Amino acid sequence: MLKLAAKRLTAGTASFQAASPASSFVAVGRRFYHERVVDHYNNPRNVGSFEKDEAGIGTGLVGAPACGDVMKLQIKVDDETGKIVDARFKTFGCGSAIASSSVATEWVKGKQMEEVLSIKNSEIAKHLSLPPVKLHCSMLAEDAIKAAVKDYETKRASANGNGKVST
Amino acid sequence: MTSKILASNLRHHLTRSARILSRRQSLSTATAAAADSPQPYEDAAGITMKGVKISGRPLYLDVQATSPVDPRVLDAMLPFFVSRYGNPHSRTHFYGWESDEAVERARSQVAVLIGASPKEIVFTSGATESNNISIKGVMHFYKDKKKHVITTQTEHKCVLDSCRHLQQEGFDVTYLPVESDGLVDLEKLKAAIRPDTGLVSVMAVNNEIGVVQPLEEIGKICKEFNVPFHTDAAQALGKIPIDVEKWNVSLMSLSGHKIYGPKGVGALYLRRRPRIRVEPQMNGGGQERGIRSGTVPTPLAVGMGAACELAMKEMDYDERRISKLQERLLNGIRDKIDGVVVNGSMERRYAGNLNLSFAYVEGESLLMGLKEVAVSSGSACTSASLEPSYVLRALGVDEDMAHTSIRFGIGRFTTENEIDRAVELTVKQVEKLREMSPLYEMVKEGINIKEIQWAQH
Repeated sequence: MLKLAAKRLTAGTASFQAASPASSFVAVGRRFYHERVVDHYNNPRNVGSFEKDEAGIGTGLVGAPACGDVMKLQIKVDDETGKIVDARFKTFGCGSAIASSSVATEWVKGKQMEEVLSIKNSEIAKHLSLPPVKLHCSMLAEDAIKAAVKDYETKRASANGNGKVST
Repeated sequence: MTSKILASNLRHHLTRSARILSRRQSLSTATAAAADSPQPYEDAAGITMKGVKISGRPLYLDVQATSPVDPRVLDAMLPFFVSRYGNPHSRTHFYGWESDEAVERARSQVAVLIGASPKEIVFTSGATESNNISIKGVMHFYKDKKKHVITTQTEHKCVLDSCRHLQQEGFDVTYLPVESDGLVDLEKLKAAIRPDTGLVSVMAVNNEIGVVQPLEEIGKICKEFNVPFHTDAAQALGKIPIDVEKWNVSLMSLSGHKIYGPKGVGALYLRRRPRIRVEPQMNGGGQERGIRSGTVPTPLAVGMGAACELAMKEMDYDERRISKLQERLLNGIRDKIDGVVVNGSMERRYAGNLNLSFAYVEGESLLMGLKEVAVSSGSACTSASLEPSYVLRALGVDEDMAHTSIRFGIGRFTTENEIDRAVELTVKQVEKLREMSPLYEMVKEGINIKEIQWAQH
């Protein structure tokens, strides 16, 4: 039992030790996939699409095939509360891009639209331990969230406008 | 008592972390996470490397990067490490003489494979060094009269970098464009030659896309204009028939580790009639006829010679076998998925190099999924910069397709089972990634991707 306690204590320091070599290697820019990135790649959450023209859907499409990264992030928003109830993504890009967008869909679910605008790319990058050369993937994910929200707002504004006219 | 257990556990953990730290090594290749690395953590169910678990060592389909040493070559090399270890330049005793004899035998084995005389072969540390000697050495020697070099846009990095170095010294360099099939346009080459052209350098077989350049025709043009012709034959040696007389080459770079020989050795062919002179890049005791000073590594040279001899005997058989495997790979993939493009000419290509682009799927993510197959990619993400492969760009491949290319290398030791398994894994990964791809979705809906205005940032 003492040994167990000792192990648990040292496991704490060991994981700290394990973390620092990883981050120091990441800083040097060596190719290294953090296990979270691998996990998101192997088991991507929320892959798919909503119907674009359905009510309450915002679609953000960012990036360019020429750069090697295209992300499509869709959010399903509850019109009354302004809360994001569901999200889907599709990405053309490297493992880090896929993981960044997968993380983005996980984080926007259940939040208010104003809240998700404050999600920063640095948070995504930190969560996935992205090396400096991959930071633009998290940047793109942040842009995708913002674009999806903007698209939803635009659609809602025009829908309200139309609604007023038709009634 | 508690403190003792605590201390021992702490010590155990700290030393383990220290050991892990010292084991990590840098990898610069673009192969999947399951690439070769010393001391992976092996457990009963497989190998864990960099957070990725695979069932065993991956299938090796990256022969253009390097090849395994043929066991027969290893057999030839071993005695020279432990018992016949003399320095071939020691003239005064038996060890030196026997070592020298072995090096000369290896030299003639290399010469026979390319149709040259042994006196025209110089051992170097690899094709990179041979390229450096050829380009910088020739131009520096003739710098009073010749100021111009012609090369192509798809050359190996060492050739392009040597040319850039020459440009900084004040020479002129013309980088010839290639057609969309990767071949050099002979008319453009003729037009580019000037009275002060000192060297034309065109590689024989391209390492990325596998196309074989029309060397005989280029040799004829160079003879006509009396310009020395250098070719980087690292990927061609032992794979396609080479004849320095037929090609009219003055200089040729050869590599050991691409033909199932050891790494760290290569050779340079220097024509004697008419004599091409070079300024040595390695100064010292005047070994290798003053061209390349330094002790010739006997075991490595013997290994290269043995590899060349084997290649001579087995070139035909290997070629037929590898062609069949290439067909099997290509048809296997094409049967199951569409949107597969072969980069480079299909007719003028070396069978063992298959560079494919999978539309709507990004190269690095595909590599990440192909953990059990060791292949290489021309994708931006896999190079240190974010630029896609310059070779693919020179072919005029669209930028989005350049991000999607994978190079499959088939060699002497590749089996049918490996090809079948590679096909199966590739198809599975491509399908999975296409499910995740917004571009594929758009294409399926009938949207033309090229028309979209992308929100760049």
